[in-house]
Amino acid sequence: MSLTNEIIKQKVEEKFGESVKAFSEESFGLLTFEVESAKVIDLMRYLRDDETLRFNFLTTMCGVHYPDNDLNRQFAVVYHMHNWLDNLRIRFKTYLNGENPEVESATKVFLTANWMEREAYDFYGITFTGHPDLRRILNMDEMVSHPLRKEFPMEDGGRTDKDDRYFGREPQNSNLN
Amino acid sequence: MSEIVVKSIEDKYAELIKQRENADGSELSILNLGPVHPATHGIFQNVLLMDGERIIESESTIGYIHRAFEKIAENRPFYQITPLTDRMNYCSSPINNMGWWLTVEKLLGIEVPKRAQYIRVIMMELARIADHLVCNSILAVDTGAFTGFLYVFQYREKIYEIYEEMCGARLTTNMGRMGGMERDLSDTAYRKIKAFLKEFPAVMSEFESLVSRNRIFMDRCINVGPISAEKAISYGFTGPNLRAAGVDYDVRVMNPYSSYQDFQFDVPVGKSGDTYDRYCVRNAEIWQSVRIIQQAMDNLPSGPYHADVPDYYLPPKEDVYQNMEALIYHFKIVMGEIPVPKNEVYHSVEAGNGELGFYLISDGSRVPYRLHFRRPCFIYYQSFADIVKGHLLSDAIVILSSLNVIAGELDA
Amino acid sequence: MAENIKMVEAPEGFSGEGFFATSVDKVVGLARSKSLWPLPFATSCCGIEFMATMAPHYDLARFGSERPSFSPRQADMLLVMGTIAKKMAPVLRQVYEQMAEPRWVISVGACACSGGVFDTYSVLQGIDKVIPVDVYVPGCPPRPEQILDGIMKLQELVRTEPMKRRDSPEYKALLASYGINVI
Repeated sequence: MSLTNEIIKQKVEEKFGESVKAFSEESFGLLTFEVESAKVIDLMRYLRDDETLRFNFLTTMCGVHYPDNDLNRQFAVVYHMHNWLDNLRIRFKTYLNGENPEVESATKVFLTANWMEREAYDFYGITFTGHPDLRRILNMDEMVSHPLRKEFPMEDGGRTDKDDRYFGREPQNSNLN
Repeated sequence: MSEIVVKSIEDKYAELIKQRENADGSELSILNLGPVHPATHGIFQNVLLMDGERIIESESTIGYIHRAFEKIAENRPFYQITPLTDRMNYCSSPINNMGWWLTVEKLLGIEVPKRAQYIRVIMMELARIADHLVCNSILAVDTGAFTGFLYVFQYREKIYEIYEEMCGARLTTNMGRMGGMERDLSDTAYRKIKAFLKEFPAVMSEFESLVSRNRIFMDRCINVGPISAEKAISYGFTGPNLRAAGVDYDVRVMNPYSSYQDFQFDVPVGKSGDTYDRYCVRNAEIWQSVRIIQQAMDNLPSGPYHADVPDYYLPPKEDVYQNMEALIYHFKIVMGEIPVPKNEVYHSVEAGNGELGFYLISDGSRVPYRLHFRRPCFIYYQSFADIVKGHLLSDAIVILSSLNVIAGELDA
Repeated sequence: MAENIKMVEAPEGFSGEGFFATSVDKVVGLARSKSLWPLPFATSCCGIEFMATMAPHYDLARFGSERPSFSPRQADMLLVMGTIAKKMAPVLRQVYEQMAEPRWVISVGACACSGGVFDTYSVLQGIDKVIPVDVYVPGCPPRPEQILDGIMKLQELVRTEPMKRRDSPEYKALLASYGINVI
């Protein structure tokens, strides 16, 4: 019997009970669910090692910032995994606290999570406990803030040659006087 | 700034350095394979701890070309994100562009007509050929064989001419639209693709005869930088690097998109995952791409080259000037006010280096809420420190070339 | 003797049987402009267009740039091609400082000239914020013909440059304004 989203849902709920919720297939047939941050690595290990589930590949993981949510759900870490033998993908998310986002590192389960977590730390400030070398990867080491958070501006603040009138940023955009 | 890096490596491996000094009086040295180096195809730094010529440990620093694509994408409407995707893997821009459009079309539920899908396949396979040609010829240059590069780049010019017929640009193509292509294959494009298919195999055979069984090239590349299949999967390898290690994972076969299921092609697989295998797998993929383009040209269906979705696809300019609905659609599309559902989607394509994935979270507004690129170079480059341990310095250069690390995709 | 060989024009001077007299500046300028050795500082997409410029179709070598030198000491012109991020700017500065006089800089591509498409917190908005630039080549990426045009403009600059320029107070002031120590 081939693996389907229904079977995955059953097995995961059986093993993790209350820690997993919000199962949905709205995202174009891809099973998406939420898991509590304390159980993420156990879930990943279970998905990888179980003989029926066999999710052998961590496709990607990233962070997301929701500043408008409640304090306990302001950061999300989204993991995508892929089962190559039955050709099934899965996505699970965990929501973290806005002031102190922390989750266990996945480097013990998949070696590829090393740099992916460094990127999430660099962009959002999410701490991955147990990571062998958690420091910035893409931005400059001297940088203090975490740039992909929604409050951080995209543009460089120090530009002197840009005329804000042409970008519609001044209250008085034309110079007719 | 390099003093800081040197210091950090000295601190990190202080134990190792001290051990060695006490043992036989010789010293370990630290070499900076810095951001600017003729052999690194792109800007990334490796600081190597060396025992003479042999590498003991290494540490990679990237981010020297970090352009914050994911941040920019949160401020741009969908059609303005295509030029960003161009600049990720700039050796094969059409694949990135099509991958992005496929993601958006999946989100919006647009069905692309067959002809447009076949044209997209032709462009993507030409891009794959261009990417692999760069990698293999530069690998040959790094071992000293300059001639292959000169011969093969002539044919990359021919591929650029075909892109120019399709979209106007050579390198950063910005090809495709929501629902298909922006123009049909013109007569010149037909002629050029047919000429390419006729002339290219001879040049490719010549390149292979110069390099593939060359004694020096084989000595430099065989058993250099092998990686086992389990380790490669754990490191997240995809694409030719993974196939060289023996695993036949190809997104075109696993999750076919844009009518790839209609084509007959093989997925070449290597054995030990070393540099020579990676080179051979890329060569074999070039041949398979030529086969796919030939099949696509032979069976090109007739029909429209874009879907009939006036909400998303710009109307022809003559209608905009004369027809009220066309004018309104044009205005809304250019302003970015298109109907976008609130959903999230993940779609991936087989790029030149592996599985290029796009994870798009949309909240119904004209710009994405979050767009994350799953960049294959970023993911497999972290294994470089592991692969290069115990090899000589000249092997490190060759391994770096054969992994095909493209800086734009690494840092994004 | 073949008819349509294009010869370089001799500079103005006084010639006679077996000798030719002109000013040193002109001869040196002629020689320098026809053999500019580039240091390709290729960071991103423009680097691939540079590879196409070096390739036989557009052939940079016929302009005298036969030997791309990756060692700053032996190079004449620094071709900065591609986006320079703020993390990379100190490295660019270091490479520029290591080049021996006379040295020229061509900034190829929109990103090197002014930051290009990437108006973000991490991209340096133009390399002329850290090093003095002689020729700007716009484009994203510029066609190889455009890059060759930029090099030809530089050749014109080099041909007419007086030899004393590098010791002149204006040049020293220019370097001082960038904070580059004159060695």
